[in-house]
Amino acid sequence: MNIEEKQIEIIEEFSAFDDWMDKYEYLIDLGKELPAIAPELKTEENLIEGCQSKVWVDAELKDGKVYFTADSDAIITKGIISLLIKVLSSQPPKDIYEADLFFVKQIGLDQHLSPTRSNGLLSMIKQMKMYALAYQTKMNG
Amino acid sequence: MIQNIKKIREDFPILSQTAYGKPLVYFDNAATTQKPSTVLDIMDEYYKNYNGNIHRGVHFMSDKATAGFEKARKTVQKFINASSDREIIFTSGTTGSINLVASSFGEKFVGEGDEIIVSEMEHHSNIVPWQLLCERKKAVLKVIPFNLKGELEYDKIPSLISEKTKLISVTHISNALGTVNDIRQIIGLAHKNNIPVLIDGAQAIQHLKVDVQELDCDFYAFSGHKIYGPTGTGVLYGKESWLEKMPPYQGGGEMIRKVSFKKTTFNDLPFKFEAGTPNYIGAIGMGAAIEYVQNLGIENIAEAENELLNYGTKKLSEFEEIVFYGTAEKKASVISFLFNNLNPYDVGTILDKLGIAVRTGTHCTEPLMEKFNITGTVRASFAFYNTKEEIDKLIEGLVKVKKLFG
Repeated sequence: MNIEEKQIEIIEEFSAFDDWMDKYEYLIDLGKELPAIAPELKTEENLIEGCQSKVWVDAELKDGKVYFTADSDAIITKGIISLLIKVLSSQPPKDIYEADLFFVKQIGLDQHLSPTRSNGLLSMIKQMKMYALAYQTKMNG
Repeated sequence: MIQNIKKIREDFPILSQTAYGKPLVYFDNAATTQKPSTVLDIMDEYYKNYNGNIHRGVHFMSDKATAGFEKARKTVQKFINASSDREIIFTSGTTGSINLVASSFGEKFVGEGDEIIVSEMEHHSNIVPWQLLCERKKAVLKVIPFNLKGELEYDKIPSLISEKTKLISVTHISNALGTVNDIRQIIGLAHKNNIPVLIDGAQAIQHLKVDVQELDCDFYAFSGHKIYGPTGTGVLYGKESWLEKMPPYQGGGEMIRKVSFKKTTFNDLPFKFEAGTPNYIGAIGMGAAIEYVQNLGIENIAEAENELLNYGTKKLSEFEEIVFYGTAEKKASVISFLFNNLNPYDVGTILDKLGIAVRTGTHCTEPLMEKFNITGTVRASFAFYNTKEEIDKLIEGLVKVKKLFG
């Protein structure tokens, strides 16, 4: 599946939830299931500083595709990361870099997270795209 | 005693709304308090009928606004029992007040090698202005530590004081822990050594009786929005003897007597420190907020909030999964805690969806968090308009959090 198809899949999953508690329950489950990042990857370099929770993102390139791993000290944040990984991981760097992540708005994550928190979400996306851009440049070089 | 809580809550229209379809439970009063109708109405009235720039106008509306602004100054003066309204300077808030002193007092009285003392539990607003001053003047910032209950270590203060100490600036009540500091002891000790003291009253002015003459503090800073007034308002109380000696802070209109390109002379107190058009309608709103508090009685407010603090602490203690931060003997109605080994963000996000507003994070006190070796807490802070039933909802919310996160 490409990035667009994966986003549509997530939007369909979320459309089954009637209220906010159900959505968060799902995010919490995803957060708990997200495999922990290797301790040696929890470096300052991989850390995205946010006021509310810490997030680490790492990426590697295999056979022309980018694979993300990430972690956070907050479970809901891990749930959100899990969605981002689902959408962006194992895709070509160019697709990741150019991706329009419409699912964030569609499942209501943008309007229901306060500015500092949604900045956290935005910086996660920005960081993932930066990795993709770096690998893209490397592949072209 | 506060008799009719239902009627009091009606004075605060915002409290009757819902959040995500649930009745709002507002427990973020240490961040900002809600405004009674009297405050909203008077500001509305002034903007609709009497908005004229103050002091210099010859017209009707300017006169009305000036009278309202200066009446608010008198209200503040009486409320904190300052000896003169020349000692009441309107600012943008506690941060503005502290920056004024750091800049103006610091300019005149602090030099290379001099020392300023703060405490380890200060809000960033009572740390960073002094750090900037110390950087400018090559001065040194010293820190009073606190113990794990969240009480200042008063016995360490004498050894921090030296001939080089120019000012001690400490908080009256900790915003993150709720500790009520024994500022009388600090002021007494400082004055024995001829050192002036600034008290950060941002978290105290709304909870307990403040009498600046009885305290004998040299400066007292607080914000309007934490005492049921509008945002962007605040007060710096300063003893006249200090304010007279301090140079102006910002230059502009109102603060001058006469301007020429050769020499400008400055206005008298308090106007010397109020450059530019002040937030006069805000100050009038703050005056109305203080009058509301006076009508209710600050002692009655303290009593009601203390009851909420005791009830909340008792109910929360029933959870095995809770760790409290700030267990001082004397506390204001602030409860800081971690729950179920969860990141505060997780707890706060779920409580929010249940209509319960708490604060999560470092509460602008990173050095304090570092001391406890944590990255933040969940903080519930109560005002007199909160109820025990609301605390019960917080407890139910936490039961739900526990169930969700397992």
